[in-house]
Amino acid sequence: MAQVKGKKAGFGAVLWDYLTTVDHKKIAIIYLVAGGFFFALGGIEAMLIRAQLAVPNNDFLSAGLFNEVITMHGTTMIFLAAMPLLFAFMNAVVPLQIGARDVAFPFLNSLGVWLFVFGGIFLNLSWFLGGAPDAGWTSYASLSIASPGHGIDFYAVGLQIAGAGTLISGINFVTTIITMRAPGMTYMRMPLFTWTTLVAAILIVFAFPPLTIGVFLLMFDRMFGSNFFIVEAGGNTIIWEHLFWIFGHPEVYVLILPAFGIFSEIFSTFSRKRLFGYSAMVFATVLIGFFGFMVWAHHMFTVGLGPTANAIFALATMAIAVPTGIKIFNWIATIWGGSIEFTTPMLYALAFIPSFVMGGVTGIMQAAAPADYQYHDSYFIVAHFHYVIVGGVVFALLAGLHFYWPIITGTMLSEKLGKIEMVIFFIGFHCTFLIQHWLGLWGMPRRVFTYLDGQGYNTANMISSIGAALMAIAVIILLINIIKTLVKNEKVGTDPWGDGRTLEWSLPIPTPYYNFANTPLIRGIDALALEKEEGDGTIPAAGPVEAIHMPNNSFIPFMISFGLFVAGFGALYFASGKPWAIDAVANLPEKPWALYVLIAGLAITFISMGVRSWKDDLGYYIPKEELEADLRELEARERGAK
Amino acid sequence: MKNSWTKTKFIMLMSVLTMFLAGCGENHLSTLKPAGEVGRQQFNLMVISIVIMILVIVVVTVAFSIAVFKSRRSQLGEDFKPKQVAGNHTLEVIWTSIPIVLLIILAIPTVYFTFQQGDTTEMVNAKGEANEDVTIINVTAHQYWWEFEYEHEGVVTSQDLVVPTGEKVFFNLKGADVKHSFWIPAAGGKLDTNVDGVNSFFLVFDDDKAQDADRLFYGKCAELCGPSHALMDFKVNALEKDDYEQWLADMKQIEEPIQADAGDAKEGQDIFNNSCIGCHAVTPTGAGAVGPNLTNFGDRELVAGILEHNKENLVDWIKDPESIKPGNKMTGKYQLNDEEIEKVAEYLMTLKVDEGTGDKSKLRESKDEEGGDK
Repeated sequence: MAQVKGKKAGFGAVLWDYLTTVDHKKIAIIYLVAGGFFFALGGIEAMLIRAQLAVPNNDFLSAGLFNEVITMHGTTMIFLAAMPLLFAFMNAVVPLQIGARDVAFPFLNSLGVWLFVFGGIFLNLSWFLGGAPDAGWTSYASLSIASPGHGIDFYAVGLQIAGAGTLISGINFVTTIITMRAPGMTYMRMPLFTWTTLVAAILIVFAFPPLTIGVFLLMFDRMFGSNFFIVEAGGNTIIWEHLFWIFGHPEVYVLILPAFGIFSEIFSTFSRKRLFGYSAMVFATVLIGFFGFMVWAHHMFTVGLGPTANAIFALATMAIAVPTGIKIFNWIATIWGGSIEFTTPMLYALAFIPSFVMGGVTGIMQAAAPADYQYHDSYFIVAHFHYVIVGGVVFALLAGLHFYWPIITGTMLSEKLGKIEMVIFFIGFHCTFLIQHWLGLWGMPRRVFTYLDGQGYNTANMISSIGAALMAIAVIILLINIIKTLVKNEKVGTDPWGDGRTLEWSLPIPTPYYNFANTPLIRGIDALALEKEEGDGTIPAAGPVEAIHMPNNSFIPFMISFGLFVAGFGALYFASGKPWAIDAVANLPEKPWALYVLIAGLAITFISMGVRSWKDDLGYYIPKEELEADLRELEARERGAK
Repeated sequence: MKNSWTKTKFIMLMSVLTMFLAGCGENHLSTLKPAGEVGRQQFNLMVISIVIMILVIVVVTVAFSIAVFKSRRSQLGEDFKPKQVAGNHTLEVIWTSIPIVLLIILAIPTVYFTFQQGDTTEMVNAKGEANEDVTIINVTAHQYWWEFEYEHEGVVTSQDLVVPTGEKVFFNLKGADVKHSFWIPAAGGKLDTNVDGVNSFFLVFDDDKAQDADRLFYGKCAELCGPSHALMDFKVNALEKDDYEQWLADMKQIEEPIQADAGDAKEGQDIFNNSCIGCHAVTPTGAGAVGPNLTNFGDRELVAGILEHNKENLVDWIKDPESIKPGNKMTGKYQLNDEEIEKVAEYLMTLKVDEGTGDKSKLRESKDEEGGDK
C-alpha cells in the first residue's frame, strides 16, 4: 500500500482505495458511513411510524405500508445500523487498544463489511421492487409464509448475505483479541471495550448460526417447496420462533455489551479514575453473555409453552439482572470520588445510567411471567426495548461517535453543538418512550397501524410523536456538527481529550497505517494512564524497530459480496411462478432470466474465491528505514508543538 | 446543569408514581383496572415488581446523583487527583447479594402464579372429556375476526363474545390462518392462538367490575397478523350467570334462520341466501365457517369490529370492505349492486335474537342429542 503522503489523491483514487482496503481503520469508516446511512433510513421510518400514530384513525400510511415500515425500521436499526456502527468502533479502536497492527484476518474484515453493505442494499431495494417485507422484524412463520409477493424473500436473502458478513466479522474479532495482543497485554489488562467486544464477538459466533438456519428454512419454504413451517404439511411454526429468539436474545447482548464497553471507557476517562471493580466488570460481562443464551423463551411466554417452561425461563431471566446490577454499581463507584468533566460523551454516559436502569427494571418486570402475559406484544414492550436499545445502545453509539471521532477522522466535533444535541436527544427520548409504558398498560397492542378514537390513547400518542420529532432534530444537529467539522478540518494531536487512559490514545493522530512503529510493551491496566503517572507518558517499546509485514489491498472481497448480491436476485426471482413455491410466490409471473442471473452471480463469487485461493498474495514489507523516518518526523512535529 | 437534571429525574419519578396511581385507563380496557381474579393476580405481581423496581431506581438515582454532584471537576479544580481505587470486595458482595434477595422476593409469587394460572386440569373430567361443570369456549382467530363456539351448548357466534361473570371461563384457542393472540386486557393477560395446536387458559370476570364497565370489555388481537391487525377488535359481553344462560338458550333455539318479515328485508334475505350464505351462517351452528356467523348480527355492538353499529356503516362495509379492513378475505367474493347491498344490510340489521324465549333447561340436553355434531 504505497500511501502518498502530503499529496491530495483524486476522488477516483480515494474511492478505489476504500473499495479495496483491508486496513481496519478505513473499514471502520466504511462501517460508519454505511451504518450511519442506514441509521438515517431507519430513523426516517421511525418518523413515519410516529407521524401515522400521532392521531387516531390516521390515514397517512396505509395499513399494508405501515407494516412494511415497522418491519424495515426494526430490521434496519438492528442489523444495518446498530451492529455495523458498533463494528465501526470495534474496528477503529480494538486493534489500537490491544497494540495490534491490524485485525487477524484483514481480508475477511473487508469481506465482512462488503457483505453487510450489499446485504443492506439488497434488503432495502425491496422498496422499489414490489414492496418491503411486512411480517415484523421477527418475521414469525405463519404470517411470513402467508405474506404475498417477494417482500419476505428480500428479508430472508438480504439478512442471509448481511448475516454472513456479521458472522465473519465476529470470528475475526474473537481471533484478533485472542491472538494479536501486544506483549504484556494480558486478558486481565485488556480495556473493557476490548473485553466486551470479545464477549460480543463470541456471542455472534454462537448466535448467528441459529438465525442462518431459521432464515434458510424460511427461504426453502417460500421458494423451494419445503414444509418446515407449513402446518398443513406437518410443519411447525413455533420452531421459527425458537430459532429466531435463540439468535434474537443473544443479539440484544451483542448490541449492549460493546455499548457497556464504550461507556466504561468514557466513565473512566472523564472521571480521571481507573474503572472500579475491573475484575467484577469482566466477570459480569462474561456472565451476561453466558446467561444471554438461556433466556430466549421469555420472548415466548404467551406462546403456550406451559407453566414449567415459563417458570424456568422467568427465573433465568431474573438472574441476568444480577451481573447487570454489578455493572451499574461499579460505574457509579467509578465516577464516585473522581474528577468529572462534562464532555458530550460523558453527558451521554451519565444520561445512560438512569435511562438504562429504567429499561432494565421493566425487563425484570417482564421476567415475572404472569405479569408479562399482560405486557407482551403491547406498547409496554415497545417502551421497554427502546429504553434499553436507545437508552443503552444508541446513547453509546452517539457517545462513542463524539469520543472516538478524533481517532477516526483526526478532527474534533464541536462540543457546543454536541451538548445541545445530547440534551435535545435525551429529552426527546424520554418524551417518546416513557409514556408508551402506560399505553401498553392501557391495552394498546404493538404493531398497530392505527387506533380508534375514544380509548384514551390520543394524548399519550401525540406526546410520543412530539418526542420522536425532538430526537430527529438532535440527529440533524449532529449531522450539521459533522459537516461543519469535516469542512473546517482542524486537525488535533495525540490524546486530544487530554485524559486518555488506554493504548489507543497514545498513538499519533492521524494514526499511521501500520498503527505501531514499535510493538508496544504493556505494563499494566490503563497502559497510557500508567505511563503518564509513572513514566514519561509514552508507551515503552517491546523491541527495536523492525520491518513490518503488511497485507496487500484487494478488490476480491468486494467482488465476492457483489456476486452474492447478484445471485440473491436470481434466487429470489427464480421462484416466481414456479409451482413448487408457496402460493404467495407461485402466483407471481415467471421470470425466465432469473436462472441465468443466479448462475452469473454465483460464478462471480466462486471465480473471485478461486482467484483468491490459487493466486498467492504474500503481502509486502514496510522497510525499517521508512518506519524510522516516520518516527523522526513525528518527534520533530511534537517538539515543534511544544 | 447536572443539578437541575437530578431534580428533573426526581420530578419524573414522582410523576411516574402519580400517573401510575391516578391514570389507570379505562375500566373496560386497562390492565390496571383488573376485572377478575386472573387480571388481579397479574396486577398484584406488577405492583410487587414496580415497588421493588422503584426502590432500585431510587437507590441508583440517589447514589448516582451524589457521585456526580460530589465529583464535578468544576468544583474540585483542575489539579485534583482522584484516588485510584481498584475495587472493593465488600461492596461487590453487597450489590450482588441485595439484588439476589430482591429477585427471590419477586420470583416466589412469579412461579406460584405461573403454575396457578397455567392449571387447566379442571377443563377435563375424570373420563378425559370436556368437563360439563365449567364454561368452555372454543375461540378461533381468523384474519381479521373471531369465532366463538360454546363447547357444551354447541352455539356458535362471532365478534361479540358473551361470558358469564363470577366463575372461571375456560378458553381453547387456535388460529385458523396465521398466528393471532387473544387478549382481553381488563380480564387478564393474553395467550397466542397458534396454528399448530390448541392453547388453553382461563379468565374470570367479576360481576361488580363488569357493571363498572357497562358489562362490555374490549378484546384485542395482540400478535401482528397482517394489514388489519390493528382492527381485529372484539367485544366481551359479561353477563350474570342467569342472563348468560338465557342468552345461550335464546341462541340455541334458533334452528332455522330468522325470517325477515317483508319488503326490503325480505328481498335482502333472498339476495343473502344467493350471495352470502356460502360463507356466513345465520344459524348458531357450524363452527369453522369461512366467514363470521351472523345469527345475531342485529344485536352486535359494532360493525366489522370497529364501526358504530348502524345501517349506513354496514352498507359502507359491504360496498367496499377493503377500504375499512385492508387485506380482509371478503373483498371481491360477491357481486352486488348498491340497491342489493342496501337490502342485504336492511336484512342483516333485523337479525336479532328474541330475548327470553329460549328454554334454559334444554341447554345441555340438546347437546347430547347432537353429540356427534362436534
